[in-house]
Formats: sequence, C-alpha cells, structure tokens
Amino acid sequence: MTVNRHPFGALWQEFNQVQDEFTQWLNRASGAAAAAPLSVWEDEHAVYAEADLPGVDPAKLEVTVTEGNQLTVQGERTPPEVAGAAWVRQERPFGRFTRAVGLPALVDADKVEAKYADGVLRLTLPKHEAAKPRKIAVRGE
Amino acid sequence: MSTLVRRPEAAPAAVNGTGEEQAVTLTPRVDVLETENEFLVLADLPGVKPDQVDIRFEKGEMSVHGRRPGGRDRAATHYHRVFAVAETVAADRITADLKAGVLTVKLPKVEAVKPKRIAVTG
Repeated sequence: MTVNRHPFGALWQEFNQVQDEFTQWLNRASGAAAAAPLSVWEDEHAVYAEADLPGVDPAKLEVTVTEGNQLTVQGERTPPEVAGAAWVRQERPFGRFTRAVGLPALVDADKVEAKYADGVLRLTLPKHEAAKPRKIAVRGE
Repeated sequence: MSTLVRRPEAAPAAVNGTGEEQAVTLTPRVDVLETENEFLVLADLPGVKPDQVDIRFEKGEMSVHGRRPGGRDRAATHYHRVFAVAETVAADRITADLKAGVLTVKLPKVEAVKPKRIAVTG
C-alpha cells in the first residue's frame, strides 16, 4: 500500500475525491454524460463514421439517416448492476445519449452498413449517386 | 476512503519498442465497486482486443495497459492506468475479461477480511 506516506496524504485524497465528484457532476449537467466521440471521414465512394461506445448493447443502438445527410446515433449506456455492491468510484458515463452530425455528402440511406465490435460502432454510408464524382468523357469533333 | 484507486501519475509519454510513432496515451475511465467478497474494476477500452491488454500486479500496484491500433485519421492509442491495491486483495486470484470494449477485473478479497457470519446456538 502506498497511502499516507506523507502527512497530507489523506487530505490530498479528499481533494481528489471532491474534484472527481465535481467532474462527474459537470459531465451530467452538461448532458455530455454518455456522449460518444464520433469521427467522420469520406472517400470517393462513401462516408465513414466511427464512435467509441464501450459496453453498449448493439441491439439498443439506433442509427438513422434523414434528409440524405443527417446522421443520428442513439443508444443507452447502463451502469453496472452488481448485487450488494457499493460504489468506490464512478467515472464511466451512463444514460441515454444522442449524437447527430451533418455528413459531408448525400448518402444512400438504404445501403448503410453498421458494425459493432470491441465497443466501437463503425458505419459505412455509401454516397448517393448524385454525390459521387463523375468522369465526363470529352469527345473530340 | 478506499485505497484501491489512485490518480495515475504522469503516464508514460511514449511507449518504447512498439514502433508506433505518435501514439497517444490516455487514462481510461473506470468504475470501481466493492462487494463483501471482491473489488470490481471496470475500464472503458474501446477498440482494444483481449490479446492487446496487459495487466500486471507488482508491489501492491496493478497496472492496466491496452493498445488500440491506429486507424484512418487516428493515431494508435495506449490506455494506461495504475491502481494501488490494498493488502486485503488476494493478488493471486485476480481475474479479468474484456467484452465490448469494457475490461472487468475481479479482485477477490483475502479470506481474513471477508465478513463472517457467526452462528448463534441456543
């Protein structure tokens, strides 16, 4: 054990705890509790999105595309339920979350692929034909 | 106040020998729960596979290290956190599993500190 090696040990721990609780409260209050970081990038063919959602039941994830380019990811992170357990520390966010982003191109909502593995949601959103680059053949006379 | 968790001191800025440049080191968020028989540590390690997790127990400290390969527009990530573990934990019986990016470490308590029910005879 490496605690209380110096006289302020206990006090320092108290301070840390207060700080942790403050951070926790701040996270909840700002609604960012369970908000997932979301990355979006694109190539010629598709728009890709990736979100870190550890410990989420994929069956409860809802991915929707509206108006061709509005992506919404909704879900819920549940707190661990252990019978008779007392919290020592609580940092992992829980609760319902919604992330909405505008995509950089129109996508084909019917062909969206969503995979959830290792706590990461990966989306492939093929671009709508109208949004794909087109090669125009130039004819000579 | 439990001594199971401690704020990590400065995490190693770069992990040597991995050949990954610009790897980012993050402190994973954890939940810690205590029951009569054990402590439970849950850590968010999104994108990390079970064979990429290294848990060590030494001199009363448990270190958790997870590696997440880099992706497009994202550097490789190292998740690193050190916990001071009380002497009441049976270090040789610590177990861990990783599911859906959440690492669960079970730290059973030594028999001596478990609450005992004393039978009363009449």
